Amino acid sequence: MALEVPPELEKEIDERITHYPVSKRSAVLTVLHALQHHFRFISEESIEWAAAKLELEPIKVLEVVSFYPGIRQKAPGKYHIRVCRTLSCAMAGSYELMDSICEKAGIGRSGVTHHDPVALSEDGKFSVEFAECLASCGTGPVCMVEDDFHEAVTDVDALLSQYK
Amino acid sequence: MSQIKYIAGKEPHAKESRVVFKNVDREGWDQSIETYIEDGGYEQQQKAFKMEPGDITEEVKKAGLRGRGGAGFPAGLKWSFLPPNNDKPVYLICNADESEPGTFKDRYIIHQDPHQLIEGMAISCYAVGAKLAYIYIREEFPEGAQILETAIEEAHKKGFLGKDILGSGFDLEIYVHRGAGAYICGEETGLIESLEGKRPYPRIKPPYFPAAMGLYLCPTIVNNVETLCHVKHIIGSGGEAWSKTGTPNNTGTRILCVSGDVQKPGYFEVQVGKVTLGEVINDMCGGLKKGRKLKAVIPGGSSAKVLSADETFKVGRGDDEKEITIWDIPMDFDTLAACGSMAGSGGVIIMDDSRSMSWVINNLNNFYAHESCGQCTPCREGSLWMKKITDRVVAGKAAPSDIDQLDAVARNIDGRTICAFGEAASWPTESFVEKFRDELVADTNPELEEAFVNAESLTAAVNLK
Ligand SMILES: Cc1cc2nc3c(=O)[nH]c(=O)nc-3n(C[C@H](O)[C@H](O)[C@H](O)COP(=O)(O)O)c2cc1C
Ligand code: SF4
Ligand code: FES
Repeated sequence: MALEVPPELEKEIDERITHYPVSKRSAVLTVLHALQHHFRFISEESIEWAAAKLELEPIKVLEVVSFYPGIRQKAPGKYHIRVCRTLSCAMAGSYELMDSICEKAGIGRSGVTHHDPVALSEDGKFSVEFAECLASCGTGPVCMVEDDFHEAVTDVDALLSQYK
Repeated sequence: MSQIKYIAGKEPHAKESRVVFKNVDREGWDQSIETYIEDGGYEQQQKAFKMEPGDITEEVKKAGLRGRGGAGFPAGLKWSFLPPNNDKPVYLICNADESEPGTFKDRYIIHQDPHQLIEGMAISCYAVGAKLAYIYIREEFPEGAQILETAIEEAHKKGFLGKDILGSGFDLEIYVHRGAGAYICGEETGLIESLEGKRPYPRIKPPYFPAAMGLYLCPTIVNNVETLCHVKHIIGSGGEAWSKTGTPNNTGTRILCVSGDVQKPGYFEVQVGKVTLGEVINDMCGGLKKGRKLKAVIPGGSSAKVLSADETFKVGRGDDEKEITIWDIPMDFDTLAACGSMAGSGGVIIMDDSRSMSWVINNLNNFYAHESCGQCTPCREGSLWMKKITDRVVAGKAAPSDIDQLDAVARNIDGRTICAFGEAASWPTESFVEKFRDELVADTNPELEEAFVNAESLTAAVNLK
């Protein structure tokens, strides 16, 4: 099935490709970000669409997709959470934060590591993964819910209740 | 210029010297170009664009500005490595990947003072002749990327970017490029591969020094966010005057990011070498937590070798040579190198006596095992191996000889890889084993020795779960 990219999104992607006048291939992450933002993850169809758009072999897109933790090949929950796992946040309690998020969102804690597989709550509302240092080590523990950044997170109920 | 006031509770510490962070947490400040211009913004660009490009590089050299991204390499010198008589396009890339654990300074520049960075970049591009520049920003700064794009658009409208800037005949476009969550994209050649749309596999140097063969194999300058901001201030005050701040060979100000076991973690812009680690901990950060003692400090981002609170350090040369404690280390490039570590990215991680060193090194080994790009066998296998050994130490399932093994694995990565990630990954382990060996060994189980020596523990493939 061909990917249905809305015309406004395709227009935005085409504009972004012009930011790379020397080589269209440079736009691959940019195109993937736009597609992931819209479709929530990068499917095979998305890879083929991006490849055609950038005049690349699909394998050239796939090798990028499969490398970067920021690009997902499976659907996350409605709200995807990334908890910083690295030293300063861990000292400030990020593993406890992860435990608590999993418990309250109804996600099995045991399978949660980085990225793959995306650990999903049963109702599909939340998914969670560990991320490495999010560059806010002085205000740990920190996490991101979708594109929102949260510092010094202690009250998980208050955090999750912002997302309906 | 109006009197500068800061948001209540976020005032700079008395020992700070705010230059690059002047507008961070400033009352009434916002990211708009109007606010920036009202405060004298883009004046330095106008001044610079009347200068000869080569003279700007000279000022940066005179200033003695050393890179703030990690290696501390002199910026002016780097710029002068661009090949003479070059007929290829030159590119400039701002490294806004900010991914070294413990580092959180570029975040505030990008989010609160985007035009300072753009002005610094515009001046730097003019100096090196780059007409196309990218800001490589980590994916986890979505708001930052948006703020920068808005700022670039504003600067365009005012004629500070685009065609024939300020009537100088110089054209410049800056674009924001978002990464995708990989630490190795902070390494400059990995960054370049990533920007070319490939896996971010670092390139081998030589021959691939970016200044000679960088983006699209053209001469390319890669500098950190903070470094590029300083260029603006160097033009403002002149290189000579700028070099009067800080200490000789360690000039200017830099931002220290302090995290871990202190009362008030945070960011502090200080004159390089003018404050000691003790002042940072006790004065700026309000001291250690109640009833706690200092145990260890990682002074320059997680890749810097750890300092133990019990060591003494020989610093200074000749008649100036002396032995100092951890509290008296001046926070500058040369002294931290003399202490066997590095100033790195400015990320200072403080650990008190409640911390298990096995747990700490295991946490870091997890990071490096996850972030190795996988190109070189010693790094790919070794970083995972170190993680697995320290997983076992933490779980009480390691034998004492595992600590020797851990050290040996680290020492077989260091110096044997394509990029400096190899050192970044092995230095933490080497230094923790060197300085906290007894503690690591105490977390192992001698009874396991015999069972392990013949079997799994000497292979990378151990799977305990
Ligand atoms: C593994 C690794 C990660 C790095 N990460 C960063 C980073 O996140 N930000 C940065 O500015 N420099 C980083 N660097 C340093 C860059 O390679 C490069 O030296 C720097 O951007 C140059 O800028 P400067 O001279 O202005 O410091 C990293 C280096 C290595 C080896
Ligand atoms: S040292 Fe590690 S990160 Fe660097 S190129 Fe080799 S495998 Fe990749
Ligand atoms: S360690 Fe979590 S933000 Fe740096």
